[in-house]
Amino acid sequence: MIGFAFLVLPVVALLVRAPWRGLGALLSDSKVLTALRLSLECATSATVISLVLGVPLAWMLARLQFRGIAVMRAFVTLPLVLPPVVGGIALLLALGRRGIVGRYLDGWFGVTLPFTTAGVIVAETFVAMPFLVVTVEGALRSAERDLEEAAVTLGASRFTVFRRITLPVIAPSLLAGSVLCWARALGEFGATITFAGNYPGTTQTMPIAIYNAFESDPPAATALSLVLLLVAVIVLAGLRDRWIRGASAAL
Amino acid sequence: MKPRAHVVAAVSAIAMAVAVTAGCSSSTSSKTNPSPAGASDRGSTAATATVSGTVTVFAAASLQEAFTTLANQFEAAHPGVKVKLNFGASSALAQQINQGAPADVFASASTKNMSQVSSAGGAASSSNFAKNVMEIAVPPSNPAGVTSVADLARSGVKVALCQSQVPCGSTALAVFAKAKITVKPVTLEPDVKSTLAKVELDEVDAGVVYVTDVRAAGSKVKGIEIPADVNASTDYPIATLTKAANPVAAQAFVAYVLSSAGQSVLTADGFERP
Repeated sequence: MIGFAFLVLPVVALLVRAPWRGLGALLSDSKVLTALRLSLECATSATVISLVLGVPLAWMLARLQFRGIAVMRAFVTLPLVLPPVVGGIALLLALGRRGIVGRYLDGWFGVTLPFTTAGVIVAETFVAMPFLVVTVEGALRSAERDLEEAAVTLGASRFTVFRRITLPVIAPSLLAGSVLCWARALGEFGATITFAGNYPGTTQTMPIAIYNAFESDPPAATALSLVLLLVAVIVLAGLRDRWIRGASAAL
Repeated sequence: MKPRAHVVAAVSAIAMAVAVTAGCSSSTSSKTNPSPAGASDRGSTAATATVSGTVTVFAAASLQEAFTTLANQFEAAHPGVKVKLNFGASSALAQQINQGAPADVFASASTKNMSQVSSAGGAASSSNFAKNVMEIAVPPSNPAGVTSVADLARSGVKVALCQSQVPCGSTALAVFAKAKITVKPVTLEPDVKSTLAKVELDEVDAGVVYVTDVRAAGSKVKGIEIPADVNASTDYPIATLTKAANPVAAQAFVAYVLSSAGQSVLTADGFERP
């Protein structure tokens, strides 16, 4: 029960101390709406990229056998345990203006990622994609192969098998993984502020806006925190219990 | 009955031990000072007060080099004292102090952040101990060819600034107002050292920081002076906090910063006299 109280207390404090009376005014501020819209757009884009890149990667890790697969899996799970700000610094060293790859992006294509919305999406994808990959890999590993094998013997192509049989089977875990990925991307702070910087409208996501607001206007920070809390509650309410169980079993 | 007797024996043993140690150490200071450090700071009468214990100093990020030197000198002059330094944006530190963070001294890069603390009852009075002006920092190769303040308003020049509630951010805005230019930065960093770091990493073309930061960065950045007629300054106040756990040592440290020895360390780092 102490564990439960420990987890519940900060949320309760947030609700108790929220400036309920001035909430409407605080939340209709254009800066807040800009930050919220940017956060939602970037988190969704990061999740889409994670799906496109992550599902094939998860399939590779689950179904293939080759030397070095364990090392590959370790690298994929690394961002999960890496402190976010370390991730941000690493991204700067790789994709910044003087980065090992970034310098060519800048020199040859004139593309810079730091201080752009694209940079925010890159940072969020880096920290959130592993959640999706790990969840989907787990689901693929534990999925029954009988139906797939039956389809193959009946002449279905690999892609048809994946589309018509595998995907529906892993759908709950895929959804749970996507939601986890989205929520993680939405809450990302350390990597975003280090790699993409902070500027309203372009790179100032909700967590960064809250951090800023706290120094000059704590009630505003509390109000913004409530918004993110509400988003989190909606996400959890929409995510049925069995999907959480499915996701945690995969993890 | 037996377990109860054990408990009684243990409790009385502990009580006796406490009484003995208390009696041995606090013989003279019980009248002067009821603080926990009462055993050691008994010199409240003499001019050279015996200072000991730990002093926690919250100081603006721009004071990093100067206050590290001052802390070392202070510890050398007062054996038995440990100075703990916590650097950060003055606005963030003021918030932390108001939220109850345990600090003995607050040295802010602007009077505004000190007022945030004193209006909440955290500091009774403060004294200005230094002044700082702004300078433009560019990477050594100066990729955008910045030579003046006006260049910062040029499109395509990536400028890093501090957030507006941080002293270096508001002072930079004052410079732009005086120069009658509008600068659109690519990033608003949480404190002056982060702004400097972006310049050092060559991720931005220029950053507006204090002259002391450019000096401290040495060859890692190149400094572009801002002419005195458009430059803006900020005053640095220092105060002993009302909830200080070690007020004697705190006051001694504040006095040291304000003394001529302390002032010479600050001016050597590039600060101006208050």
